[in-house]
Amino acid sequence: MSKDIRIKKGLNINLVGAAEQTTSKAVTSNVYALNLEDFHGITPKMLIKEGAEVKAGEPIFFNKKIEEMLFVSPVSGELVEIVRGARRRILTIKILADKEQRYLTHDKIDLKKADADEIRTALLKSGCWPFIKQRPYDIVANPDLVPKAIFISGYTTAPLAADVDYVLRGKEKEVQAAIDALSKLTPGTIHVSVGNTSTSPFSKIEGITLHKVSGPHPAGLVGTQINKIDPINKGEVVWTIAPQDLIIMGEWLLTGKFNAERTVALAGSAVKSPKYYTTKIGAEISTFLYASGVDLKKFRLINGDVLTGYKVRPDGYLGFYNNTVTAIPEGDDYEFFGWNKPVFNKISPTRALTFSWLKPNKKYDLDTNTNGEHRAFVVTGLYEQVFPFDIYPLQLLKACMVKDLDEMEQLGLYEVAPEDFALTEFVCISKQPHQKIIREGLDLLYQEIG
Amino acid sequence: MSDKRLTLKKRLHILKHHYRDSKWAPAFNALHTFLYTPDETTHGRGTHVKAADDLKRTMNTVIMALVPCLLFGMFNAGYQHYSAINGYPENFSLFEHFLTWDNFWLGAITVLPLVIVSYGVGLAIEFLFAVIKGHEVEEGYLVTGMLVPLIIPVDTPLWMLAVAVAFGVVIGKEVFGGTGMNILNPALTIRAFLFFAYPTWMSGDKVWVHGAVDRTGTADAISGETVLGYLAQGNTAEMAQKFDVADMFFGFIPGSVGETSTLLILLGGLFLIFSKIASWRIMVSAVIGSLAMGLIFNWVVDMGWIAEYSKFYSLMSFEYWKHLIVGGLAFGIVYMATDPVTGSQTNRGKWIYGFLIGFLSVMIRVFNPAYPEGVFLAILLMNVFAPTIDHYVIRGNIRRRFKRWQNAKIYPRISEEKQALKAETV
Repeated sequence: MSKDIRIKKGLNINLVGAAEQTTSKAVTSNVYALNLEDFHGITPKMLIKEGAEVKAGEPIFFNKKIEEMLFVSPVSGELVEIVRGARRRILTIKILADKEQRYLTHDKIDLKKADADEIRTALLKSGCWPFIKQRPYDIVANPDLVPKAIFISGYTTAPLAADVDYVLRGKEKEVQAAIDALSKLTPGTIHVSVGNTSTSPFSKIEGITLHKVSGPHPAGLVGTQINKIDPINKGEVVWTIAPQDLIIMGEWLLTGKFNAERTVALAGSAVKSPKYYTTKIGAEISTFLYASGVDLKKFRLINGDVLTGYKVRPDGYLGFYNNTVTAIPEGDDYEFFGWNKPVFNKISPTRALTFSWLKPNKKYDLDTNTNGEHRAFVVTGLYEQVFPFDIYPLQLLKACMVKDLDEMEQLGLYEVAPEDFALTEFVCISKQPHQKIIREGLDLLYQEIG
Repeated sequence: MSDKRLTLKKRLHILKHHYRDSKWAPAFNALHTFLYTPDETTHGRGTHVKAADDLKRTMNTVIMALVPCLLFGMFNAGYQHYSAINGYPENFSLFEHFLTWDNFWLGAITVLPLVIVSYGVGLAIEFLFAVIKGHEVEEGYLVTGMLVPLIIPVDTPLWMLAVAVAFGVVIGKEVFGGTGMNILNPALTIRAFLFFAYPTWMSGDKVWVHGAVDRTGTADAISGETVLGYLAQGNTAEMAQKFDVADMFFGFIPGSVGETSTLLILLGGLFLIFSKIASWRIMVSAVIGSLAMGLIFNWVVDMGWIAEYSKFYSLMSFEYWKHLIVGGLAFGIVYMATDPVTGSQTNRGKWIYGFLIGFLSVMIRVFNPAYPEGVFLAILLMNVFAPTIDHYVIRGNIRRRFKRWQNAKIYPRISEEKQALKAETV
């Protein structure tokens, strides 16, 4: 059964440098790393010390607050370094990989017979649990809470992001296994959304409710789909999981091996020949970045897409949740009278001497310049044009800024994640950091109300 | 490398580092960012690319929409002055009578000082506050500074304007925290200050035409009554003889500097709507509101409920749609009511807010005994009520969410379930 969701509000950001749909195998990385920034709000407690040997899939740390939640090594090798920051906070855990990979194997689970409790325990033990995220708060799911539904977005609208259909091709068996397991963990439905013209591998998967989505970005964001299908109310919990993570989870369920392999799109205008690479979670980005060629001296490398990713250095590591790496030119230059010249080479939601509305399908080569300075909120009505939720974005942002918990609850903070505010941040004339404001608001609400 | 070989860009860049963290940094940055958009890049988290426009571009677009009104105001200042002395031409010709060098020159020397004082005093205070409080000079005053000379009578003394601007910027804006934080429209606060502080100057028949004040009591005395002024005094016939509908629409009538030409205001409004800078919702609903009130007054007259000798009769019987082409109504609707900071911020709120502005403007205009105009009072009043309107609009959204919440599917925690199970087995 499929249902149609049509999104009218939004903005497509067409950028040059989309990844070509060919996949190469990336050079094997020497060192793999887990970036603790990826696990928002998790306090790690180490299980092994520097110098210890680990197998792929062996736990290296757990969540101090929920002890059964384990985080495992993506590869086998020696734990060479624990990079710490201020107040000895762990930033990165580095593992020097073996030439021959050894896997920690678990007993296979009989998906038909296993009950919810068994599957939950198994997933927590496997290291696959952190792939499941929870809303409200956009954090790793709390295994003690029962979700009313699980949402998976099989549709990409974010600029230059990896195409889900392409990444999932040929992995139907794994996806089906993961869906079978997840469906036992919720009394509700598993909602999967795909593009309305796509031939998604999800159309062959059983046990899901398929939705067909059309419209501009953020139609592909899972938050938009939740809001249109079954919005979150206070007290409710939903889970989200990214399609590429279903593959790893499914493979673990079928074989008992934690295989952190992933197809990653390397995209962006700074890359000479953007395409897909197979590599592993935590691999050094340089292992596939330079194979595609980079023709700029100053470029920004982003773990994720240009709207929601975070900056890494070329010797950085692929993030735990990312299947896109983007490289765009750095824009640290002045522009003479840039604020009143007619603009042809940038995207704008207004028509104030900006001409991107003339060619909606033109592809742009945007750099990281902010095109203006940070200001107080002045212009109104602009966010609503790109924000398809039944939420007042400006008012919610202001409630978060003044830390008014009542207002934050009432205006719908439970329903959003920072990524849902990426487009409003993009169009913001006052250059306010919307995603940061929402993240801080969510953290405060979690801390105060939980 | 010697200094001479450095480009302006490089030199300013060096100076920026020189001034960084000093108290003059905001003032320097204001000048620097006026010449060059900064080299700032997005942070490591959040969106890495940004849309092309910033607040400067937004404000600049409004200023561009105001420039035709300013230029027209200069010609009109001269035209009204010479016509008042020599009598209005019988067969008016645009090129012979209006777009002349004499008109422009006289207009320039009377209007430009108003612009200079407005920007000079206003920006000086903005810079002062920025330096004292250590925040950036924000662009809000660029538009305010242009609006102010356009909404005051042409013969406003410069010292009065300077005092009013100082009051308006400090009390209307800076005490609330600067651009984006103010409750009242700063330009209208300045206008209201002039109106209440110098009432004898700011109304009557003398200030609207350049030179009328100087000649008061002399043999060459001239009168410069506005259309609304005539109507308030019941001189409908005299008004009709002097100005026809075309004069009112194209703007060849006495009035505040920039607000007489409905045609140019209309074009400016369309430009602002097209560029998505100003809210079309507010403009459309304000027009509807003013027409509605005008129709009600016309209807009252038609029903014979008001006697012809009543002092409100002329204004009430004034055809409903003509309210839009005289006085400051059109100007107020297009450029002042649409101020995003002081107006309603929700889309539904904008409809209500705009409608009430139009409705109240015409009402105050007719019933105001001291001064036959009401736009600025109506907008200031609605500025105060805008947060209330938004509050009730947002309540609707919150109520919807609350209703949904009553059917929420909240499952017990797994640990709780296990506890309950244990208790049962025991």
